[in-house]
Amino acid sequence: MTTYAVPGTSGLTMNEPLLWERSRKGRCGFSLPSRDVPEADLPDELQTPELDLPDLSELDVVRHYTRLSHWNFGVDTGSYPLGSCTMKYNPKTNEVQAARPGFVHAHPLLPAAMSQGILQLMHDLQNHLAEITGLPHVTLQPAAGAHGEYAGMRIFYAYHQAQGHQRRKILIPDTAHGTNPASAAMCGYQTIPVKSTEKGVLSAKAVEELMDEETAGIMVTNPNTLGLFEENIREIAAIVHGKGGLVYCDGANLNALMGIVDMAQIGVDVLHLNLHKTFAAPHGGGGPGSGPVCVTSELEPYLPIPRVVNEGNRYVLSADFPHSIGRLHTFCGNVGVMIKAASYILSMGAELKTVSQLAVLNANYIKEQLKEFFYLPYDRTCMHECVFSDIWQEKYKVSTLDIAKRLLDFGFHPPTIYFPLVVSGAMMVEPTETESKEDLDRFIQAMMTIAREARENPDLLHQAPSKTKVGRMDETMAARHPCLTG
Amino acid sequence: MRYLPHTDSEIQDMLQVIGAESLDDLFSPIGQACRRTSALNLPQPMTEWELDRHMAVLAENMGHSQQSMSFLGAGSYDHYIPASLKHLVSRSEFYTAYTPYQPEVSQGTLQAIFEYQTLASRLLGLEISNASMYDGASALAEALLMALRISKKKSTVALSTAIHPHYRQVVATYLQPMGFHIVDIPWGKDGRTDLSHLPQDDLAAVAVQSPNFFGCIEDLSRIAQAAHDQKSLCITAFTEPLAYGLVPSPGSQGADIACGEGQSLGIAQSFGGPGLGMFCSLKKYMRNLPGRLVGQTQDDQGNRGFVLTLATREQHIRREKATSNICSNQGLCATMAAMYLASVGGTGLRELARLNRDKAEYTKNAFTSAGCSLSFPAPTFNEFVIQLPRDAEEAFCQCTEKGIVPGLPLGRYYPQLSDHLLVCTTETKSKQDLDNLVKEVCS
Repeated sequence: MTTYAVPGTSGLTMNEPLLWERSRKGRCGFSLPSRDVPEADLPDELQTPELDLPDLSELDVVRHYTRLSHWNFGVDTGSYPLGSCTMKYNPKTNEVQAARPGFVHAHPLLPAAMSQGILQLMHDLQNHLAEITGLPHVTLQPAAGAHGEYAGMRIFYAYHQAQGHQRRKILIPDTAHGTNPASAAMCGYQTIPVKSTEKGVLSAKAVEELMDEETAGIMVTNPNTLGLFEENIREIAAIVHGKGGLVYCDGANLNALMGIVDMAQIGVDVLHLNLHKTFAAPHGGGGPGSGPVCVTSELEPYLPIPRVVNEGNRYVLSADFPHSIGRLHTFCGNVGVMIKAASYILSMGAELKTVSQLAVLNANYIKEQLKEFFYLPYDRTCMHECVFSDIWQEKYKVSTLDIAKRLLDFGFHPPTIYFPLVVSGAMMVEPTETESKEDLDRFIQAMMTIAREARENPDLLHQAPSKTKVGRMDETMAARHPCLTG
Repeated sequence: MRYLPHTDSEIQDMLQVIGAESLDDLFSPIGQACRRTSALNLPQPMTEWELDRHMAVLAENMGHSQQSMSFLGAGSYDHYIPASLKHLVSRSEFYTAYTPYQPEVSQGTLQAIFEYQTLASRLLGLEISNASMYDGASALAEALLMALRISKKKSTVALSTAIHPHYRQVVATYLQPMGFHIVDIPWGKDGRTDLSHLPQDDLAAVAVQSPNFFGCIEDLSRIAQAAHDQKSLCITAFTEPLAYGLVPSPGSQGADIACGEGQSLGIAQSFGGPGLGMFCSLKKYMRNLPGRLVGQTQDDQGNRGFVLTLATREQHIRREKATSNICSNQGLCATMAAMYLASVGGTGLRELARLNRDKAEYTKNAFTSAGCSLSFPAPTFNEFVIQLPRDAEEAFCQCTEKGIVPGLPLGRYYPQLSDHLLVCTTETKSKQDLDNLVKEVCS
């Protein structure tokens, strides 16, 4: 049987079956420890049939995942301007720090005397995040951004409960991430959408009309998902506070504001951060993340337990906070991710301000050069990201999806597409500060070429991508006939 | 700074293209009243080498050393992790990618998660699995919310008090604002959940953990029957999935949802996170599942491939009506769990599970010979409770001074069990370690 020179079996992109298609019963890729205790009798309830799991050798497993990895695009592969996701470079030293044996072998219930190192790291990280945001109290417990939002909403809930009157509603701008309304709903809040103005930001008037004493507060993303700074935020916060409400800020886009804006000063009461965005921890193909929450002194009693406390000469985990919303995670959250973010902050120091400046510089550079080629609905100075629309390409029957798929052929990960919903056929571009001018120029060039192809040869776009491991996937079939296991 | 590529002249060129005078100019939309007035007060930036030294000092200021030895389990387990896993998971094509929104350049992540979903479903004996949750506790909380959604009008769930106390605390956090009720079900003399206290009305779900917090293997088929008799769902939580190498799977015993912590499957303990929230259910509940799902499909050429699917359940489409707010999950940890299960294999997992149990049985015998008694008679896996002739905290302090963490004194969570110690023995402990433990605890 001749199988050489068939596409997918030679060169560097190899085919690879599913794990169980490689299985040969009786193989084992694990060094089973030698037995030094007698075999105990198995009671009746443990006499179970054989497990339906594949058997592979160590090399089988290694080749399997190495080949799979070749089919993936990561930040280390190329530019990844996925809006609102802050796909910056993930420094390698951070991985080294998180993998230190003292950290990875630590059981979460070790006595304080045996966990001083990690507790100190967490305490320092809390202080650094407080300094960066201007909000003095921090919990590191939430395991992701949405978990942080939930913590924030749960704090809103506890705060209003303590005021003696629970409120039913919450204001959420039409540009918000989908997680915002979902997180608020998990605390029983009814979400009231707030329309942004033709300038792409919230107006104090719109908030004033909706804010009342049955409304718990507002969830704002700042900079918002159009990449614009919510310039009326102080007035809005004053209106919300005036009616006894609280201001939540989704900090997914903090990469634009470090060292520039003080969140407490603009009226924010609760803010979540994404360590896997702004603070350079990797996304892991979907997680693990980490979503710390920073709050004002007034809301400090409600932070989740346990909390890291400095008792003078030692650090302890304390659950002794009677007003706390309770526990959100089995232990202390994604500590491994915290170590990476702490390493990043220690490496950058006050240069984090430069990070934000260059992130904003890169986004505006792309915006200025592409706005002749793609419609820019909000033509203003943007923060860390800018949003284009496909409406100029509509006449060639080319959509945002086609443009995104064609970008893959040029070796770029596409921007976030079809979000925010307020822009038709949105393409949300967030280059991040770690992309060099040459990389940005290459991206701009690719987008210009695609704009030309859309006019001259739209089928190239309709048929894209043509250079990836697989072509466009049939997502309708996946949803109509779900096949979730093999 | 080595992570920032811009030269001064490039910055000037770029500003010129934009039409701005300075970097500060770019922030003109931000009013002065919103500006920070002081510079960031953070430590001086460290070089890579200074960071190494700083972190080495912190990492060494921990309990881990050649001499120390821990018999703590209680939701986080010490198992051997093959070197191959660490190398594979360090492939940056996996760890520097985002959620696989563009399937054509994410087939690595997508196939890996599809394989994880398959292996997780098989291990837990259920039809489907999601792509992961944050951890065991939040998985249980979401499972209960899902059961309440499915039951529509009911508002009560019953929780065994032999579920990990932290899991029960997380459940309380999640359920309280929604106005749902939690009924605690006690454990019986044998260490298993006592069903005679099950409420008879308004019950959306019965949740137990197996092996439970005391290490006891629950009689799941009886619990499932009792739940189903009331038309409520049976939810089985777990903290030690390796047990299912030996113990009948929750699905095979009638559980509707099995959820818990997957850290044991090749993931380091890392002071409690990142771990892996596992979540499996019957297929009929597919559209109620929280979290991401990867499904098999094909491309325009008919090639097999994988995509994120059934997104209409999720927050980015359904917003406030979503089945959960979860977005980022623990995808890389799920991939590690699949790597681990593939490496150990079906044959190996049975042997490894057996060894874990045999170590525990050996240690139980050694404890009883030394004058301690077993607190509960129900069968166990690699964790069990012993009753000491003295206060467990006292024994704990005495042992830790000698570098042995002998287990978890249960009085911290259950005041009535102040002379009881929860002990975990995995394959990483030698016979000599076990003998030494018994000697120190009983001395």
